[in-house]
Amino acid sequence: MSNKNAHAVEHSGTDYMLLGKILVLLMFFTFATITITELDFGTLTLTVALLIAGVKSYFVIAYFMHLKHEGLLLKILVISVFILYILIVLITLIDYYYR
Amino acid sequence: MSNGVGKVEYVSYLEHKGKYTGIMSWLTTMDHKRISLMYMYGVMTFFFVGVVLGLTMKVEHLTPGETIMKAQTYNGVFTVHGIIMIFMVVIPGLSAVFGNFFLPILIGGKDVSFPKLNLFSWYLYITGSILAVVSQFMKAGPPDSGWTFYAPYSSSTGTSVIMATTAAFILGFSSILTGLNFIVTVHRMRAPGMKFFNMPLFPWSLYATAWIQLLATPVIGITLVMLIAERLFKIGFFDPALGGDPILFQHLFWIYSHPAVYVMILPAMGAITEIIPTFCQKKIYGYKAIALSSLAIAGVGFLVWGHHMYTSGMSENARWFFSLLTFIVAVPSAIKVFNWILTMYKGSIDLKPPFLYALSFIFLFIIGGTTGLLLGSVATNVQVHDTAFVVAHFHYIIFGGMGFAFFAAIHYWLPKMYGRMYNIKIANIAAVINFIGFNILYFPQFVIGMQGMPRRYYDYPAEFQPAQIFSSIGGFILAFGLVMMVWNLVKGARSGEKAPDNPWGGSTLEWTLPSPPSLENFDEAPVIKENPYDYK
Repeated sequence: MSNKNAHAVEHSGTDYMLLGKILVLLMFFTFATITITELDFGTLTLTVALLIAGVKSYFVIAYFMHLKHEGLLLKILVISVFILYILIVLITLIDYYYR
Repeated sequence: MSNGVGKVEYVSYLEHKGKYTGIMSWLTTMDHKRISLMYMYGVMTFFFVGVVLGLTMKVEHLTPGETIMKAQTYNGVFTVHGIIMIFMVVIPGLSAVFGNFFLPILIGGKDVSFPKLNLFSWYLYITGSILAVVSQFMKAGPPDSGWTFYAPYSSSTGTSVIMATTAAFILGFSSILTGLNFIVTVHRMRAPGMKFFNMPLFPWSLYATAWIQLLATPVIGITLVMLIAERLFKIGFFDPALGGDPILFQHLFWIYSHPAVYVMILPAMGAITEIIPTFCQKKIYGYKAIALSSLAIAGVGFLVWGHHMYTSGMSENARWFFSLLTFIVAVPSAIKVFNWILTMYKGSIDLKPPFLYALSFIFLFIIGGTTGLLLGSVATNVQVHDTAFVVAHFHYIIFGGMGFAFFAAIHYWLPKMYGRMYNIKIANIAAVINFIGFNILYFPQFVIGMQGMPRRYYDYPAEFQPAQIFSSIGGFILAFGLVMMVWNLVKGARSGEKAPDNPWGGSTLEWTLPSPPSLENFDEAPVIKENPYDYK
């Protein structure tokens, strides 16, 4: 079976209901992102905003970009990218916290 | 392995008749090989513009004080030299030129995954390059911030920084799209039977490079947009007078620009790894170690940017942390060097031009690498930061590394790309002249740098003059060698003897194809059963 056909079969059972629910969830998180700007979390404000953005990213990548249906290698690569970005931010913060 | 060639009537990609003829057949092509040549003509043209600017700096340094230009002109010249050489020559150099031509062939594919995106990347490259060159002739004067665009100077100088940063932004997009294309190509276009661990090592290096291009380049993109916004709207990202943090600019700039050094050098290492086994007629030593070290360099290379910032006012803890990480990144680079040398050991060595350049690469890269360790150590770095020592180290890595690897690669693959041979004797002479000229040009910079000669100054104390003259003479020797080399290559490509399909006795897939290859490379996908470096 060609790659193209295999891909089509994999996605033939796309659950549009589920995608609709995730869309609603994403809109909820967008609303939450706006709402928390009104709340004072002190030094954690940015962390909370990034956490919400991270959760939204997960749903977009996993469902809308179909990572859930991909092989282990691609999943590892995408997770590695997130770990890399977290490391870069943490290392930068070493400077900011100790300067 | 079977080569999959022979059933369809052979027409080379250079002679293939498509929808258009003449210049339009090139400007609308989606053939990875023609796009590769278009990149090469662009890169070589801008390289010689950069060389001329470099030579004017060497002439200026023949005497203390003003020789041929004023201080502000010198600031513009070194900035333009840096922007052209970094963004238009070195970053796209091996990856866009030889990566485009040989990645699909080496993995047994017909083209890259996204041919239209590939052509679009080239147009972005040309657009960005033209903007960068035009920025030099704007009424406000050429940008004078250096290619690093450090804020807050770059956010306040009256010169044409916005156009230069826009050019770098567009060039960055070209790089991102090429990286994306190469990642998908490696994942999706490999020939049947070609697993990751029997893929040749040049594609391995391009794969690691592509991840850096894809992940790091957006950081410089957004940073340059922030800089432009700072200049236009006085937002206060980086300017302390507006409440900004200039060290934040340096963090963001080097989060991209240090990994960018590996965008420059990893494909160079990949090309050298192809050349050495061919001219030793010996299986590469430590295949897996070389393949994985490319990924290790790409991964760890992301985390060492702070060693450019030891004197910026960064925290003490961050300084020792970055120093530690910098020493770690030297390990995978050293693994490659040891494996190249062990491949040569007891090999059947043939001193042809590609191998001469590969040897030069190893010699110069070792000098650049070990002086890099001096710069990675905080204690020594603060003594030589922003001196000619850094200029010498950087050029040993980038020119001695990427530049000489580019020369090695063009001498190695030109017979395949054009189907013609160049004059081997002249190429060997030019290689020796280039090697000598390079060392005379840059080695004195280590010495006067240690003695305190700052970089980016058009003037200097009289005691540095003998070394500066020596260095300038090296510059002219190198320029002579480069002209000789390019003249020989151009003459060979246009009217040299017809090249055989496998002039060097190589074992990878490109040498199973006719010289030059046909439009779709393989009539049938080759079936891979063995290690790519199987010399029997």
